[in-house]
Amino acid sequence: MVNPDVQGRVYPPTDPYLVGREKVREFARAVLSASPLHHDPEAARAAGFTDVVAPPTFAIVVQDFTLQQLLSDEEAGVDFSRVVHGDQRFSYSRPIVAGDELIGTMTVTSVKQLGGNSMVTSSTDIVDAAGAHVVTAISTLVVRAAAESTSEEAA
Amino acid sequence: MSGVDFGRLVVGETVVERDFRLSRDSLVRYAGASGDFNPIHYRDDVARSVGLPGVLAHGMLTMGAAASPVIEWIGAAGTVADYQVRFTRPVPVDPEFGAELSVSATVGALDAEARTARFDLKVSFAGQTVLGKSQLVVSFA
Repeated sequence: MVNPDVQGRVYPPTDPYLVGREKVREFARAVLSASPLHHDPEAARAAGFTDVVAPPTFAIVVQDFTLQQLLSDEEAGVDFSRVVHGDQRFSYSRPIVAGDELIGTMTVTSVKQLGGNSMVTSSTDIVDAAGAHVVTAISTLVVRAAAESTSEEAA
Repeated sequence: MSGVDFGRLVVGETVVERDFRLSRDSLVRYAGASGDFNPIHYRDDVARSVGLPGVLAHGMLTMGAAASPVIEWIGAAGTVADYQVRFTRPVPVDPEFGAELSVSATVGALDAEARTARFDLKVSFAGQTVLGKSQLVVSFA
């Protein structure tokens, strides 16, 4: 069971993550997107961006560093082998583009117990090198009860 | 690519439909691209040891791939302002045949003043919906 006292906890900002052009292309291929904006810097510039534009779920790469902070927090007591992803949301102020240096800061917004499972919702604010907001990534992780597994929920 | 005209969108209209296949290769590729190396996405023995039927697709891969047909269709006409999903069912990926998914995007809401459109994505596998409340909000220039 996840420690309810971690609700409200804020973790330290992550080290800056430099978004590389090839990483954006690799991620876009992995999510089966052929949009020229992800792959062709000229197409991205013609559309008003400084370099290739990342797919909308790319922010998970930076958010994941903050989720690791939660998972490795012994006081939180999140058993990673029992975690399944419940829901996910990204709210953007602007798209992520190659060349961005991104820093994530996570807040644990809610810890709930439901039928033996724990549900942990966290919100990671991701800003650029100037400190301007780029995207907020919100996840709910479901930590399944230790006694029995509910395989229907895994994702 | 950027021929989508905000003014011509109609609520309820299905704008994009596509089938796509995820294979074990797709999962390995996504693991490398995203940094998510949870072994339930590439090892059947580990997946079974935690009560799963076998290797599953990353939920985030399904979420990402579900948006791609809409993103390609929108092109340079707009950018994503918000994207959310609920993971309602796992997607087991057969080592030989993979998993066939289908996605359709329907205009769910329009805000003429903000020039935003909400697309509701229906993502199914084996006749069942795998993502719930799957909404992609695009901000048009």
